Amino acid sequence: MGFGDYFISALFLQAGYNSALVAIGAGLLGLSAGSAGAFIFLRKRALVSDAISHATLPGVGLAFIIMVAFGSDGRWLPGLILGSAISSAIGLLMVEWITRKTRLTEDAAIGAVLSVFFGFGIVLLTVIQTMSSGRQAGLENFLLGSTAGMLISEATTIAVAGAMAAGFVFLLRRPMTLVAFDPEYAATTGVNVRNIDLAMMGLALIVTVIGLKIVGLILIVALLIIPPVAARFWTNQVGRMIGIAAVIGGLSGYVGAVLSAAHAALPTGPIIVLVAFGFFMISALFSPLRGGLASALRHQRFQRRVHRRQGLLSLARREPIYDGLTIRILRRAGMIRADGVATARGRIAAEKAAHDEARWAMARRMLPDDSAIERYDGLTPIERMMTPDQIAEIDRMIQSAQTTQGAKA
Amino acid sequence: MIDDLITALGAEFVQLSLTPIVIGTLAAIACALPGNFLLLRRQALIGDAISHVVLPGIVAAFLVTGTITAVPMMLGAGAAAIIAVAMIEIVKRLGRVEPGAAMGLVFTTLFAAGVLFLEITDTSSVHIDVQHALLGNLESLIWFDAEGWGSLLDPAALATLPPQLPRLAVVLVGIGLFIFLFWKELKISTFDAAFAGAIGIRTRVLGFALVVATAVAAVAAFDAVGSIIVIAMFVCPPASARLMTNQLARQVGWSVVFATISAILGYVLAGYGPGWFGSPYAVSAAGMIATVSGVILILTCLFGPQRKRVGQQAEA
Repeated sequence: MGFGDYFISALFLQAGYNSALVAIGAGLLGLSAGSAGAFIFLRKRALVSDAISHATLPGVGLAFIIMVAFGSDGRWLPGLILGSAISSAIGLLMVEWITRKTRLTEDAAIGAVLSVFFGFGIVLLTVIQTMSSGRQAGLENFLLGSTAGMLISEATTIAVAGAMAAGFVFLLRRPMTLVAFDPEYAATTGVNVRNIDLAMMGLALIVTVIGLKIVGLILIVALLIIPPVAARFWTNQVGRMIGIAAVIGGLSGYVGAVLSAAHAALPTGPIIVLVAFGFFMISALFSPLRGGLASALRHQRFQRRVHRRQGLLSLARREPIYDGLTIRILRRAGMIRADGVATARGRIAAEKAAHDEARWAMARRMLPDDSAIERYDGLTPIERMMTPDQIAEIDRMIQSAQTTQGAKA
Repeated sequence: MIDDLITALGAEFVQLSLTPIVIGTLAAIACALPGNFLLLRRQALIGDAISHVVLPGIVAAFLVTGTITAVPMMLGAGAAAIIAVAMIEIVKRLGRVEPGAAMGLVFTTLFAAGVLFLEITDTSSVHIDVQHALLGNLESLIWFDAEGWGSLLDPAALATLPPQLPRLAVVLVGIGLFIFLFWKELKISTFDAAFAGAIGIRTRVLGFALVVATAVAAVAAFDAVGSIIVIAMFVCPPASARLMTNQLARQVGWSVVFATISAILGYVLAGYGPGWFGSPYAVSAAGMIATVSGVILILTCLFGPQRKRVGQQAEA
């Protein structure tokens, strides 16, 4: 069976019970990571989760050592998860403590905690490697994630915990939204901002520790950051953004796990992250709201309207047009001939544009403070901005101005 | 224990431990120096981001040249660092997101790409893997031809020093010169960017130069000591130093002291510490150096004379 066939069958959960469970677990993990990450992103604390995830390593090492000391083989996943949760909670509290008690900024605290905890974790890993039971511990897999040889009990643990974290996000969504957008206002309505902040980071912590086995602790932070950043391109509404981030996270986890199941030698974490990045690229390029393509198109359309309008005004004033783009636009619209002379259609359009411009000029003199004047962009026809009565008034003023001018002459 | 120390400082020490300690110290100082300015500019995590993207840079250089010689690797890593900084800028502008999120997105993606390239391509013939990237190989940078302290005066033995040592020395001198020559400009633009612009300092160019200096330090140190030390040394010694003094020059001085202590004490604890507990194995020197720098930071957080914010004294 080729890679493609395997991928298709795995995608639809037909490549065996185990890999199906792993894929579902990764999907649920991504779902909770995406939605929890959305709040952290809105609170502008994305990199705190980087400190949390690196701070798991000493906990994994100590849990292993303790479990071995009590005679088990040390690889029992719930025990390792508990250890990592404790040590990353300590890391999180250290970040809080350093920023609150000293004058160091949060980014310095993050950098210090993540590097020191990680360094200490590495020290513990080298200790474990010298232990007789530690040689095949496979704890390095927690760095980059691995689903190869995953036990069904482990996959179930991850799937259940991922689902619970997603439910937790759903329950806390209102206070977390409030705190993310306006902590001061949240405080005045009686929300305990510090606790909600801790809950948010607690969610990141849960996602991190259950993601250790699949994504690994170096890259799990990507699953918290990339989906919300991608989701932000599609909407300006917080509820929808969280939903989209959850979907992108879930899809990244699911597709990434399936891809890596088809290629057992590859570490799972990097694949999931790159799939998430793919979703980011799609969002950044193609989202109709803020995507690169949409804004480029918008810009081009605006540019064309400006050139068309200015070209028509030049025609009305009988001025020659030199700008290449303007000539092309007018030619294509059938407004001018190849030699630059206006066609009948062009003359009508030019007359209309000039008339509109004259009306706008008069309107600016008559009603300098009108809201329609403030929105004048040199493109919108006046009929769309003002009532017929106003326009009739403007026309009367133009006429009387012309007659007084005629009288003077 | 004294006897231990004396034998420890004999010929074997020069051969096995002197060069790693010196290299570790040079790397630590080279990272701590630009770290001072990054810390004050609230860019402490740029060092973190850069040291993550060094891996894809090195892998790319390997894929292009097919060898693991120093120069293409350093070029590749430097290029990756600059690409990463540019990508962070683009994501920040395009997505209108906070710098932290943009940074997190870029460095995780590039790191993931680096790991994947490494796994897909056949790099089994050469010594390049993720573990090495994270941990470095400080312990293996021994001075094979040294026979004792006298070798320090022997040109033939000196010629066999690990190449990382002279390379890091050059980088350290370069970074030191950069900071010395642009001291006034760096200082003013760090504390008051608007004023610096008003008196004609090109703050953006200077900011970019600082990032380049950071990248150079990260790449040179990374090869010898791995990215854990690099990240720890960018942040911890300057952060500890910040809690000791209100003067920039003294802060830089303290950061050099703390970096040196971390490197030496960390290496000694990793190499000889387990022996004091009766274990014949050494632990990771890179990890231990980072740990020591963290302990120093905790101590300065608790006792540093300038640890509090202005106006916080009364409250706490």
